Amino acid sequence: METLKNQISIEFDAISENERLARVVIAAFLAGIDPTLDELEDVKTAVSEAVTNAVIHGYKENGGKVVLRASLSTDEKLTVDIIDYGVGIANVEQAMQPLFTTGVPSERSGMGFSFMEAFMDGLEVESTPREGTSVHMWKHFAKRQTTGTKPILQAAVWNRTGRE
Amino acid sequence: MEQNMEEYAIIDNYLCIKMPQEVDHHGAAGIRACADRLILDDKVKNIVFDFENTTFMDSSGLGIIIGRYRKISCFGGKVYAINTNERISRILKASGMSAIIEILV
Ligand SMILES: Nc1ncnc2c1ncn2[C@@H]1O[C@H](COP(=O)(O)OP(=O)(O)OP(=O)(O)O)[C@@H](O)[C@H]1O
Ligand SMILES: [Mg+2]
Repeated sequence: METLKNQISIEFDAISENERLARVVIAAFLAGIDPTLDELEDVKTAVSEAVTNAVIHGYKENGGKVVLRASLSTDEKLTVDIIDYGVGIANVEQAMQPLFTTGVPSERSGMGFSFMEAFMDGLEVESTPREGTSVHMWKHFAKRQTTGTKPILQAAVWNRTGRE
Repeated sequence: MEQNMEEYAIIDNYLCIKMPQEVDHHGAAGIRACADRLILDDKVKNIVFDFENTTFMDSSGLGIIIGRYRKISCFGGKVYAINTNERISRILKASGMSAIIEILV
């Protein structure tokens, strides 16, 4: 049975500085289960995408509040929720299509949701226009193979001594 | 803006941009502004994004590349990525960016 091992909830201003803050928080939260460098970067990227969307689209860069909730179960399943109380999304299915963007086309690639999908094991988006958006993502760490994975420290050393 | 001008160099007709350690939405506006100012330089035809220092990039990085590509490709310019680590290469390839950016190893 999966029971909850650890849970956090933080609220922060929807400003671009806090995109990095959210990445640091989720990385620290995962430290206890010793993720590989790639797993860690996957989760950081997915969180960064969701928080950036809240800042840019949810609040139109005018600020507001973002909630990040994360929980870890004893069987090493991570769930993350990124919640905003911004403009919401009228058509979630369309918004999640690769390359779809309502942003300035020369600044946005429309790949944010695709990144979240690619880097996590699951993604669910709930949104109500004028009420806000809630992005729910999860990833299983217990499933990972023990062969071919790079522990963080080793990978960090390897990165420093040169690549390929 | 936040990016230092020493992160940018024009060599022949190439604008070289040293990308920061973390490429995200927060730093994107500064990079765009500096790059676009320098693209106006008549000499600049191609752009080289140097990822030597970069360990993190999300979709905002793709936006930076796509936007600059649009500005120079109509004049026949090309966009290159150099010094990408394994993960950055993988992100660029997996997101189909290799169609517009050449990843030099
Ligand atoms: N929190 C949100 N609130 C309101 N709209 C959102 C939110 N998140 C996403 N959207 C909508 O979904 C669209 C697609 O989001 P996605 O992250 O995939 O691409 P993008 O943010 O436009 O571009 P990129 O992430 O590549 O910079 C956005 O353009 C926006 O219209
Ligand atoms: Mg996005």
